[in-house]
Amino acid sequence: MERFNANGGPVQSNDATPVLELKGVSKSFGAVIALRTADLALYANSIHAVVGENGAGKSTLVKIMAGLYQRDAGTFTLDGKPVDFRTTAEAKAAGIAVIYQEPTLFPDLSVTENVFMGRQPTGRFGRIDKAAMRAEVIGLMERLGVRIDPDRPAEGLSIADQQIIEIAKAISLDARVLIMDEPTAALSGVEVDRLFAVARSLRDEGRALMFISHRFDEVFALCDTVTVMRDGTYISTDAIVDTSVPEIVRRMVGRDVNELFPKQVAAVGRPLLEVTNLSQPGVFHDISFTVCAGEIVALAGLVGAGRSEVARAIFGVDPYASGTVTVDGKRLAGRSPSIAMKAGVALVPEDRRKQGLVVDATVSSNITDAIRDTLTRLGLVTVRRENSEAQVWASKLEVKTAALDSVVGTLSGGNQQKVVLAKWLAANPKVLIIDEPTRGIDVGTKSEVHRMMSELAGIGLAILMISSELPEVLGMADRVLVMREGHLTATIDRAEATAENVMFAATHASEEVA
Amino acid sequence: MSVATATPVRVSLGSRVWSLVSSRETGIFLALALVVIATTIKNPEFLFSSDGWRDLLLTPSIVAVVAIGQAVVIITRSVDLSVGSIVGLSAYLVGTLFVAFPGFPVPLMFGVGIAFGALLGLVNGALIAFGKVPAMVITLGTLYAFRGINVAWTGSNRINASDMPDDFLNLGTQQILSIPVLTIIALVILIVVAWYMANTRGGREFYAIGSDPDAAELYGLAKTKRVLIAFVASGAASGLGGVLFAARYGTINSQVGDGFELQAIGAAVIGGVAIVGGSGTVLGAVFGAYLLLTINRCLPILGIPDFWQRAVTGALIIGAIILDRVLANRQAKRLVAERDAA
Repeated sequence: MERFNANGGPVQSNDATPVLELKGVSKSFGAVIALRTADLALYANSIHAVVGENGAGKSTLVKIMAGLYQRDAGTFTLDGKPVDFRTTAEAKAAGIAVIYQEPTLFPDLSVTENVFMGRQPTGRFGRIDKAAMRAEVIGLMERLGVRIDPDRPAEGLSIADQQIIEIAKAISLDARVLIMDEPTAALSGVEVDRLFAVARSLRDEGRALMFISHRFDEVFALCDTVTVMRDGTYISTDAIVDTSVPEIVRRMVGRDVNELFPKQVAAVGRPLLEVTNLSQPGVFHDISFTVCAGEIVALAGLVGAGRSEVARAIFGVDPYASGTVTVDGKRLAGRSPSIAMKAGVALVPEDRRKQGLVVDATVSSNITDAIRDTLTRLGLVTVRRENSEAQVWASKLEVKTAALDSVVGTLSGGNQQKVVLAKWLAANPKVLIIDEPTRGIDVGTKSEVHRMMSELAGIGLAILMISSELPEVLGMADRVLVMREGHLTATIDRAEATAENVMFAATHASEEVA
Repeated sequence: MSVATATPVRVSLGSRVWSLVSSRETGIFLALALVVIATTIKNPEFLFSSDGWRDLLLTPSIVAVVAIGQAVVIITRSVDLSVGSIVGLSAYLVGTLFVAFPGFPVPLMFGVGIAFGALLGLVNGALIAFGKVPAMVITLGTLYAFRGINVAWTGSNRINASDMPDDFLNLGTQQILSIPVLTIIALVILIVVAWYMANTRGGREFYAIGSDPDAAELYGLAKTKRVLIAFVASGAASGLGGVLFAARYGTINSQVGDGFELQAIGAAVIGGVAIVGGSGTVLGAVFGAYLLLTINRCLPILGIPDFWQRAVTGALIIGAIILDRVLANRQAKRLVAERDAA
C-alpha cells in the first residue's frame, strides 16, 4: 500500500547518536501528572511523528524541549550532552525551534521584524541593520517558495503564512531541531502540501524534525518514524514502514476501560433536547441529534473538532447561522443564555474558573447564582435565604468546604466542579450540558462526579457530555456522537462503542467508518 | 516548489514618500499648522509678535518632554499616571536645593532632577514588574503618594524666582537662533529617544512587548527588564520636566505638574500611540502635545468661550481614538483582502 512508502527518508541506523534525546522525563503540575515517563529520540535527516490522544502529554513534551517548562526528572541531551533549559531563549540558542499550531507573532510589527526580534543584526551604536534583515527575509521567502511582503505587518496573515514566518525564523536561526505542534490543524489542503514540501527540504538539509498530528494520513505521508504516547507515558517507536494505522490506534487507546465508570441503567423517557441541522459556517455543519430524559449522550472528538462550540450554540452563547434547538418539545425562541435557562438548559462549561464560577465569591452565593431571581424579596437577596438554599445542594453533592461562606477559589478542583453542578441543579434544569466534567480533577473525585451524573440521569435529566477522555466516554455514555472538523461523523450505541471505532471516527472522514 | 519572483530589495523612493505623507505624524502636524494659521489670520500677533513665535514653541515643551516618556510606557502596553506628581516633586527639589545652595551649578541641577525622577520611576517600575500589579493601579497609587509627599514637604511654602539664580531662570526664556532653549532641550530628547525606539534592539523590544506580551515571552525577550526601563525613562523625563518647569515659571508650590499626566497621555493618544501598546511614535506624542496645548491657547483668540476648551480637548482625544479604530479596521480589512487575493 502507498502509505508504507519510506517517504524518502533514509533508514536510521541504530548506532547513530540522536540530535535530541529525552529519557524517562516526567512533569507534574501540583497533583496533576502531565508526563510520567516520556522517551523520545530525534535524528538528523529524519521526520519523526509523535501521536497520542488529547492529554497524552505531547504538548507538555514540546514545552519542555522549548524551555517553557522544566522537567521534574529524567535526562535531556543534545548531541549526547546533557542540557537544562530554563528559558525559551536558551533552547533557541541551542538550535531548537518550535512551530506552534497557532503561531504567536507580534501583530503590529513587520514580517521582517518578526523573524529577527530579539536577535537583530546591529552595527555602530547598536543600530539595527534593517537592509540586511530585509534582504535575508526576502531570500528566505524565495527559498521557501512563498510570496509574503517583508514590510507588511504580521496582522492579518493567514495561519499558514504565520507558520511559514516561524519556519523562516527557525531557518535563519539555523535551528537543527524543528518541532511542529499540530501545524496542519488549521490549514487547507494546498497549504498542507506547501508545508510538507518545506518540511521535506529541511529534512534533506540534515535537520531533525518532529511532527505532532492527529491525522494519520499525514503522519504516514510525511514521517519516517513514529512514537506513540498514552497517559503521559512512552509506548512505542517504530519506523513508518513497519507499522499501520490500526496498530497505532490500538496502542494509543490500548487499555481496559469499561469497568471504570459504571453508568446506571435509567428509564429512557421523552426527548428533552432536539438539535436539528445546526450550522455555523467554518465552525460546525449540519449537526442533528436528540437526547432523551434519562440518557447520557457523549460528544466525543479531538480538541478543536467543534464540540464545545456546538454546546455553547445550544446554550445561546455562541451564534449559529441556521438550524433549530428544541427543548422538551418547545423550540427555543431566541439565542441567548437567559432564554435557554428559562427553557431548562444548564451548561457546565469547560473552564470552571473563568466561565462557571465567581472564584472570589462564597460557596453559597455561587450555588444560588442561577436562581437569584427566585430568592429575591423586594430586589434583595438575604444571606439567610441564600445559605438555606445552598445548604440543601452542598449536602446533596457532598461539597467538602469549611463553611458555606468560604471563598470558592480556595476549594479543590473536584469540589469547585461540585459547586458548579450545584449551581445549575438548584435551577432545576431538564437538560444538562457538561463540558469536560472531570478535567483537572483527581481520580477519587472523578468517580464521584460520574456517580452524580449517573444519578441525575436516573431522576430524568437529559445529559449531553463533552469529553476528550475515551474511558469516560465509553463508560458513561448511552450513545456516543463523534465529531471531526465540525461534522458529526458517527453515532455509536453503547453496546458497539469501542475505543478503536470512536478514535477512528474522530480522526478519519466518515466514509471510512464502517 | 515554485519560486516567487524576486522582490526588489530596496524600498522605492515613491513608497517612502507616500508612507511619510500618509503617516499619522504628518496628519497631526497639518492639523497643528491649520490651527496656527487660522488663529494668525484672526490675530496676526499670535505668530508674528516678538513673543508669539516664542510662546508657540515654548509653552508645550515641558509637556512634550513628559509625553515622550509616557509614549515609551504606553508603547509597552502600560501607563504612567504618576508623571505629574514626579514633575512636582522634582521641581520643588530643584527650588529647595537652590535655596539651600545658591551657587549650585545649573548643569548639575539638570542631572539631579533627571536622576531623582528616574529613581521615582524605578519605584513604579519595580512595583509593577516584580509585584505583577497592573501599572494603572500602581501609578494611580504613586500619583497620590508622590503628591502627598510633596504637599507634606512644601506645606504652604512657595519658592519664588528671587530664590533661584538668574542664569537658571534665563534658560526659561532665552532663545538660540530664535528657538527657545527649552524647546531645543525637548528636541534633543526627542531625537535621541526617537532614534533609539526605531533603530535599536531595545527600542524594538518595547514595541514587541506592547504588541503581544505572550509572544514576547515565547521569543525570550527580557520583559521585566524592559518594563522597568520604560518606567525609569518616564520618571527621568518627568524629572527633567520638573527642572524645566522651575526654570520656565520661577514659582514653585505644592501643586506643580498637577494634571500633567492627563495631558501627557492625551498627547500620546492624539499623536497616534495606541493605548493598547505596540504602535505609535514618540514624534507623534510630541506633535500631540503641541496640538493639545496650542489649541488651548488658540481657542480664546478664535472667540471660543473658556468653558468650551476642555470639551475641545476631549473631542480631540475621542476623535483621535475613533480615527485609530477606523484606520485599524481599514488596515485589517485590506490585509485580509490582500491575503485572499494572493
